[in-house]
Amino acid sequence: MSIAHTASLAPPRRALAGRFPALSRFLRHRPALLGLGIVLIMTLASFVGPWLIPFNATDTDIRARLTEPFVGSHVLGTDPLGRDILARLMYAGRISLSVGFAATALSVVVGVLVGLVAGFYRGAIGAALMRFVDAMLCFPTIFLLLAVAALIEPSVASIVVLIALASWMEVARVVEGQIRSLRERDFALAAESLGASDSRIMFRELLPNAVAPIVVAATLNIAHAILAESYISFLGFGIQPPTPSWGNMLENAQSYLTNAPWLAIVPGLAITLTVTSFNFIGDGLRDALDAKLDR
Amino acid sequence: MRWTPNWIVEVMNMNLYEPIHTPAVQAGAQAENVLDVRELNVAFRTAAGTVHAVRDVSFSVRRGETLALVGETSSGKSVTCLGLLGLTPPAPYCSITGSARLVARDGNAYELVGTPERVMRRVRGGVASVIFQEPMTSLNPVHTVGAQICESLRIHLGMSARAATDRAAELLNQVGISDPKRRLTNYPHELSGGMRQRVMIAMAIACEPSLLIADEPTTALDVTIQAQILELLEKLQSETRMAMIYITHNLGTVAEIADRVMVMYAGRIVEQADVVELFTQPRHPYSRGLIHSVPRLHSNRARKTPLFAIPGNVPDPAAHPPGCTFGPRCGHFEPGRCDAAVPVLENAQPGHLVRCVRWPEIEGAV
Repeated sequence: MSIAHTASLAPPRRALAGRFPALSRFLRHRPALLGLGIVLIMTLASFVGPWLIPFNATDTDIRARLTEPFVGSHVLGTDPLGRDILARLMYAGRISLSVGFAATALSVVVGVLVGLVAGFYRGAIGAALMRFVDAMLCFPTIFLLLAVAALIEPSVASIVVLIALASWMEVARVVEGQIRSLRERDFALAAESLGASDSRIMFRELLPNAVAPIVVAATLNIAHAILAESYISFLGFGIQPPTPSWGNMLENAQSYLTNAPWLAIVPGLAITLTVTSFNFIGDGLRDALDAKLDR
Repeated sequence: MRWTPNWIVEVMNMNLYEPIHTPAVQAGAQAENVLDVRELNVAFRTAAGTVHAVRDVSFSVRRGETLALVGETSSGKSVTCLGLLGLTPPAPYCSITGSARLVARDGNAYELVGTPERVMRRVRGGVASVIFQEPMTSLNPVHTVGAQICESLRIHLGMSARAATDRAAELLNQVGISDPKRRLTNYPHELSGGMRQRVMIAMAIACEPSLLIADEPTTALDVTIQAQILELLEKLQSETRMAMIYITHNLGTVAEIADRVMVMYAGRIVEQADVVELFTQPRHPYSRGLIHSVPRLHSNRARKTPLFAIPGNVPDPAAHPPGCTFGPRCGHFEPGRCDAAVPVLENAQPGHLVRCVRWPEIEGAV
């Protein structure tokens, strides 16, 4: 009886791993799992956390200014205006993570479109598009971002667009390479021989086959986007106070570095952990989705 | 599939957009011909110069007939068919001239050469379909078999998802796949090679084309499956009366399935005859060589005689020898006659064409 019971439990798990070898490979990648855990916690804390603590990110309390962490009710201490750091960190996380995800989504859309068209049509169009991508990559991103950020009205939306415009090229290159090789595959010709139109072949036949590298590129892109938002905000061109972001929290911390180091350490740690986690996830996905390993 | 940079070309071809109506009565004897190819030439522009892959190929296929296209690798047999459906690279890299008239089941006729993409997309899969050699790679790995069959139905017949799924199951049943409803949800990697080829066939016949081009459909399969696929193709053909062009270099399958045979060498037709006629009385030295080089169990008694092979290789398509392209490899080569000019296709017998200046003399010789 007990044997039959264990036997009935065992197969589903094996079947799951067997059906999705990439999933089981990902689950065996320790740093990626750790990264995924941290990102999930960060996201959860940012979007749910602010309701769970008794402080608001913008409420000032002059009597409690520059409280040290782990003293009293302010767990991570307070800033020079007496605002609760934990509340600010969580609220800033919303902004920073949202900017990261949104900028990545936008740059994936742009990158996929450009890469798809360039890889599919090759020839003059492909060459022109890819040389444009190369030209964009030649700009030092930080200066480009700062130069443009100085000219436009800083807002969450404009920062998202700005970061996306500076980071879609990597995706475009990945997609172009994939499509270039995929369109030479027999099934592309077979689809064409059945009367499929160009766009149908591009989006339905070729693009789904290139999802794995796009996912990897996008994951790494999130890390870059969060970092980019942080340094634009740190330099004062990004998200404007009083709206907190991890970058402008760091900026505020500058003048108090010697007597209130936690002001810099807390958001700095948040950025580091998040960016590292996304990089780990990206690496894990790359290893897991690499078709060369098996399949 | 390709970008048409020159919209002017499309405008100039505007009159070709609408199918030419051909009442069957008027066309007379021609009406039976599903495909009429006249003087088809396909040339590729490469770094090494222009390569004429197909030269002056003319042939026709009747309804319900199977024409086998036989020849070595690079003889131009696949390019002929890809060229007909406009599946060769776009204009500056590849030029196609001549004419090819394809008649659909509804009696509409389409000119295939120089026709804009928009019309060709309707023809491909709808009026003429192709089955490729490699069933392993011709199916998209990320879509289910059902989705891929339905796609063609939805493009050409505008079926609803539900109707297309029902029809797809019907088609799988028709190509001999058991439990079709369940198979529709399978991905290509879950099927065997033979099954995948059956799925390819189902996709090709989904819209009841009037012409089916089978480009070495059995080459990648093992022998027992080959026989099954051939049988299936014959069965489908007798059911639907579609015309079929069967491309192969396997003479065994030719004898099995073809009604007529066209032998190609270096881009030209060298011989064309009824299948029985070709196997019993091959006229061109190349066809003779091909038939001769098929291994036989009985003729080479005690295996004393080694297997016959045609000496040499197919000439470089960019640098053909003068005169008869087969000349340098031919046992009956006569300097001054064979290398003087490209021989014309002569009627050796009614319906038996041969491109060799010496065919009457070499009749009995091997």
